[in-house]
Amino acid sequence: MKVLDGRGKPYREVNALLEELWQEGIQEVLLRSINGQRYLGRGFSRGEIIIEGTPGDDLGMFLNGATIRVRGNAQDGVGNTMNAGKIIVEGDARDIVGFSMRGGKIFIRGDVGYRVGIHMKSYLDEYPVIVVGGKSGDFLGEYMAGGLIVVLGLERSRPVEGNFIASGMHGGRILIRGEVDQRFLGAGMKVEKTAAGEWNEVVPYLQEYCQDLNVPFTFSSDEFVSITPLTTRPYGKIYAY
Amino acid sequence: MAKSLLLPEFKIERDSARCIACQVCARQCANAVHTYDETDDSLWSEEAQCVGCQRCVTLCPTGALEVRRRERGFRENANWEESFLYRLYKQAETGGIVLTGMGCDRPYPIYWDHLLLNASQVTNPSIDPLREPIEIRTFLGRKEAWLDVDWEHRSLKTVLAPQLELSLPVLFSAMSYGSISYNAFRSLAEAAREVGTLCNSGEGGLHPDFYALGGNIIVQVASGRFGVTPEYLQVARAIEIKIGQGAKPGIGGHLPGEKVTPEISRTRRIPVGSDAISPAPHHDIYSIEDLERLIFAIKETTNYQKPVSVKIAAVHNVAAIASGAVRAGADIIAIDGIRGGTGAAPQVIRDNVGIPAEIALAQVDERLRQEGIRHRASIVIAGGIRSSSDVIKAVALGADAVYIGTAALLALGCHLCQKCYTGRCNWGIATQDPILTKRLNPQIGKRRLVNLMRAWALEMKEILGGMGINAIESLRGNREQLRAVGLRREEAQLLGVKLAGEGW
Repeated sequence: MKVLDGRGKPYREVNALLEELWQEGIQEVLLRSINGQRYLGRGFSRGEIIIEGTPGDDLGMFLNGATIRVRGNAQDGVGNTMNAGKIIVEGDARDIVGFSMRGGKIFIRGDVGYRVGIHMKSYLDEYPVIVVGGKSGDFLGEYMAGGLIVVLGLERSRPVEGNFIASGMHGGRILIRGEVDQRFLGAGMKVEKTAAGEWNEVVPYLQEYCQDLNVPFTFSSDEFVSITPLTTRPYGKIYAY
Repeated sequence: MAKSLLLPEFKIERDSARCIACQVCARQCANAVHTYDETDDSLWSEEAQCVGCQRCVTLCPTGALEVRRRERGFRENANWEESFLYRLYKQAETGGIVLTGMGCDRPYPIYWDHLLLNASQVTNPSIDPLREPIEIRTFLGRKEAWLDVDWEHRSLKTVLAPQLELSLPVLFSAMSYGSISYNAFRSLAEAAREVGTLCNSGEGGLHPDFYALGGNIIVQVASGRFGVTPEYLQVARAIEIKIGQGAKPGIGGHLPGEKVTPEISRTRRIPVGSDAISPAPHHDIYSIEDLERLIFAIKETTNYQKPVSVKIAAVHNVAAIASGAVRAGADIIAIDGIRGGTGAAPQVIRDNVGIPAEIALAQVDERLRQEGIRHRASIVIAGGIRSSSDVIKAVALGADAVYIGTAALLALGCHLCQKCYTGRCNWGIATQDPILTKRLNPQIGKRRLVNLMRAWALEMKEILGGMGINAIESLRGNREQLRAVGLRREEAQLLGVKLAGEGW
């Protein structure tokens, strides 16, 4: 594996060096001593990056197929407007993880901040997935239009969800391990025990998560509740034509 | 159901001596106003459905039809004007937000019509554009405050920021495929290419068919991020972050699910029939610093090759906001005034929120000059540009270029009926209905737009020549060329112009 030291290098230089390495045919890079550089891996469609240190905001912005693993924590905007690929964070991540993501996977071992998975959307085989190991902050899945968010709440006492979950959601699905108190929910949602059919669809993602982050797979569908929207047309009835 | 109190807005008069019952009107009206009665071999019209788009009038081969605004006969009342009654009845019947299309039609002052241009007399002779070159080419993008020159090798040491070269200071403003038809978008994109200017994708993504025209397209990154892929950013000539829109400052947009057809769904990357919702704010932008982060995310992803524009609505604090956006790294600031158009907006927002583009433009230009950062971004003004003289006045007030939306759609045949949100545009512009969209031939549409731009370019050169100015650069922010009529001194001061009659 190629090793690149990021110490003292601005993001523009790190990204340019990575692109040169992909050009040379290198597939895997270990990025050492990363300390707050933004936009790492922006728009990359290939390669595998392992980051040691703490990457800055918008890690994997517009990501388009590359794989990024962070051996540590990440800051705001992980996978912002991401298209395809995979981001694995072994620690915590902060706000707006997977904002408007359209495809690919984001696996976070620890906790996440506010506004995670806002306005995720899916189209045909583009299906974005976020799995959070710990707990999430407020506004999880707000305006969600498609895809899947799972909050596992591993090693955590309740609650694992913040306020205003899924307000304005009009597509997709949120699974939360444990019960969800109605007071945390946005309007227009339904919460049901996760059904066998949807559980079977979710299991492969959870198995992949467990394998990537070395978590034993001990989950069963009866531990989870599913949040889905009552309508795909939340704004259909407020206008006079 | 109780009888509606809404009286028809239009009166349809059919001259029976002229009507040959050919049924063109019945076939052309998507609102099903005209119906053919077989037993009688005649046509009758349901006036309540008429939106006044003049399609049937235009296409009637014998000139038998006339559609006129109907006198509704309410007692005259300066306070309760007819439009208020109409809206109130509608809300009492439906309980919903009243939607509308196109720009604000309220009689707020139109400052373009209170500004008069100068011309040369005796000294500084005027120029005849037929004999002498007059340059209206425009470059948009960040300009350097100073240039480092390598005198030894006679070359420039300063690396210049990417520029958009326009053959005239007019661009087609953001109208998404979804709000307008495929053929309308194709007309705009192909006209932009032929003219040497740019059109704007709006916030709905870019249909792959238009990637080949990307060199003349500005793509938008809006709060919904529809279709914003690395490829989308790469194919475009420039990228615009849409913060706001003049017709609906502060609120988001909803493309209703019924307009999300298979092709639109492919462009927006969302399922067929689902509402396409653009939230009011970008949820990753809550500050100028966050805006800077998105600007540089885009620049970094596109290798600093493309100018990044930030489009904001003209609101009360517009000068300070524009200053912040420039400091955040925007190469272009687009400002959309209260008369800016839309495919759908709540009427109450469109008609009451924001300020006129002219005042916003003067204030932003002034503020950026005072702060010494005017060179760091170009200003594009939008919202109610109707003619070449409006363009010239905008440039004299400080704009680098203007966006035209409504004017461009008028060239395509729009008759300003303001019903874009219904999806039943009889002119094939603001619709996705396959039968209606066929009515706009993109080759003819393109030709009409190219003609309009040629006409405006000729007129602009004529006006500039009269002023004795041979390059539009010399007019930019040159407010001495403007004088105000019919304005209070305070308004003229806000615009930075003297009153008519005051000399240099």
